[in-house]
Amino acid sequence: MIRLATLRRGRLLQTLFPDRWNGALSAFALAFIGWAMWQAFDWAVLRAALAPDAERCFADGVGACWGVITEKHRALLFGRYPYAEQWRPMLAVGVLLLAVVITLFPRSPRALRIAVWLPALPVFFALMAGGVAGLTPVPSRQWGGLPLTVMLWLLAVAIALPVGVLTAMGRHSGLPAVRTLCGLFVELLRGVPLVSILFMASFMVPLLLPPEARVDMLLRVQVALGLFGGAYLSENIRGGIQAVPAGQVQAALSLGMTPRQADWLVVLPQALRHALPAMFNSFIGLFKETTLVTVVSLYELTGSLSLAIGGDPVWRPFFLEAYLFIGAIYWLCCFSLSRYSRGLERRLAATSA
Amino acid sequence: MAGAPPSPWPSRLLQVVIVTAAVLGILWLFGNVIDNMRARGMQAGFGFLLEPAGFEIGESVLAFDASQPFWRAFLAGLANTLRVVLPALLLATVIGFAVGIARLSPALPVRALATAYVELFRNVPLLLQLLMWYFVLTTLLPVSSEALQPLPGVFLSKSGLVLPWIVDGAVSWPVLEGFGIDGGVALTPEFVAVCLGLSVGTAAFIAEAVRGGIQSVPRGQVDAGRAIGLPPAGVLRFIVLPQALKAIVPPLGNQYLNLLKNSSLAVAIGYPDLVSIANTSMNQTGRAFECVAVLMAVYLALSLLVAGVLGLFNRRVALRGTGART
Repeated sequence: MIRLATLRRGRLLQTLFPDRWNGALSAFALAFIGWAMWQAFDWAVLRAALAPDAERCFADGVGACWGVITEKHRALLFGRYPYAEQWRPMLAVGVLLLAVVITLFPRSPRALRIAVWLPALPVFFALMAGGVAGLTPVPSRQWGGLPLTVMLWLLAVAIALPVGVLTAMGRHSGLPAVRTLCGLFVELLRGVPLVSILFMASFMVPLLLPPEARVDMLLRVQVALGLFGGAYLSENIRGGIQAVPAGQVQAALSLGMTPRQADWLVVLPQALRHALPAMFNSFIGLFKETTLVTVVSLYELTGSLSLAIGGDPVWRPFFLEAYLFIGAIYWLCCFSLSRYSRGLERRLAATSA
Repeated sequence: MAGAPPSPWPSRLLQVVIVTAAVLGILWLFGNVIDNMRARGMQAGFGFLLEPAGFEIGESVLAFDASQPFWRAFLAGLANTLRVVLPALLLATVIGFAVGIARLSPALPVRALATAYVELFRNVPLLLQLLMWYFVLTTLLPVSSEALQPLPGVFLSKSGLVLPWIVDGAVSWPVLEGFGIDGGVALTPEFVAVCLGLSVGTAAFIAEAVRGGIQSVPRGQVDAGRAIGLPPAGVLRFIVLPQALKAIVPPLGNQYLNLLKNSSLAVAIGYPDLVSIANTSMNQTGRAFECVAVLMAVYLALSLLVAGVLGLFNRRVALRGTGART
């Protein structure tokens, strides 16, 4: 603020038009920004129709038809969950998001960050599945929308963390057999697209298991997503392990620790600290990857979008508005997570200096 | 590796136990597949790849019809995947470098525009972006008789993109005639959506790699370049980029691999790539195990190939500027 006030006119010109070539580019960019912002404002605000009336949206000169959101927001956010019971997924996703905020809040006590999940997860599942406290049971194939997205993400992270740590430590182990197996697992999962792993979970696993073992589809996809995330996390942690100075192990051994103690008590904690920013990026990536479960017919946020709009000929012409709505939700989540990650990096750098 | 290896005997025994358990586990899984297939009256195995596929492929660079065997269908799918990946790689690199350099422009509006680009496309799932491109291309564009003409000879409409192309050694220039467009090469909206979506989305990540690489070049190098009288563009071209490349190539390679793997999202908008062919074959034959196995093996081989080539290239770039002149 102060800097802006003291900015001399010359400085402002310098930032806007530094030299001839950059100045021309800059003028073009300014014109484009102005034009695009006006177009967007005109379309999305000035000429927008808010009423849930598709007829009105077809009238001449109408811009964005936000009526599609007014009409469909519940189907977009909660998928095929029974309409009368949709307060439950709303409350459930609120509980999860609150728990996420408490865990990530920099000043939360460490014990609370873990303890908050002990009530949060059971409450989430009780609300979603029902069957307790007089709630009508809702089978998992009717779950959808935002609660499913957040759940798939959080549980994938919860599975990926131990898998990532174990395989990274395995690749660092003194036993060649363990090293090879962990390496194969990680490279195999990282070498194929997530879609093929989801195909495997959805179509191949029922063939791989004995016929009497019927595993719920949602659970299979959840585990697949977790293992996939684990492989990427494993690489992050491996990088962290390589950043720990060899002197740390030697110091631990000379203190009388066994090699295993040195690995798990000295190397791993420091490795995780080094790897945390990269791991956080993987978590954000995983949040975006949850969209892929649509391909195997689970209706999370993206899937419920196709279901709600694609299945309704009246509203189908207004897919774009619905895409923007869903896109804004993803953007808000990912952008705030990446901002948080940057702050985390700064705090880590400050405390380790 | 923590210190000295533990005493050899127990550790050797442990390894034998681990390997045996892994092998037995895999054999058990295979046994289940064979049993499950037999219960459905089928014999597990890859023999079906030689049988006629019985389905058509919407668009294909390799000539294909329903009477040809499954392996030809998979090959056509692979060709379609590569057909969309190669131009997307090129386009993503061009946009990515432009945006990455613009991110560090001395002019604020240019910087702001580049930052907006990166933050917008990096924080929205790629699948959603592809679906949105596809919707825009197939619904919001005019029909082909009123096709948009952004550049002379380039037509954009609901039925796709038409470009000038070389046919039989001569340039074929597309022209709007009656209800359609004649000449040139016509690209389907599916192809354009996948190619554009992959390039635009991946470019945001490439831009970040480029920015990081350029920022890793010491400031003194730029000043020195200016001091010997190079113009700003010359400094960028001859001083900054060659040095930045060393830091750019490894993350760039990762983005290339991601683009290759993300091309599998084409299945969601109906472009007949490898995944889509595997999916159709799976639905037609019920051979989920074999189809997913082929799919995974092909992608794994492609990933290893790309990683190998990138490794070679990386070694060449890393050697440059270290005094090892060739």
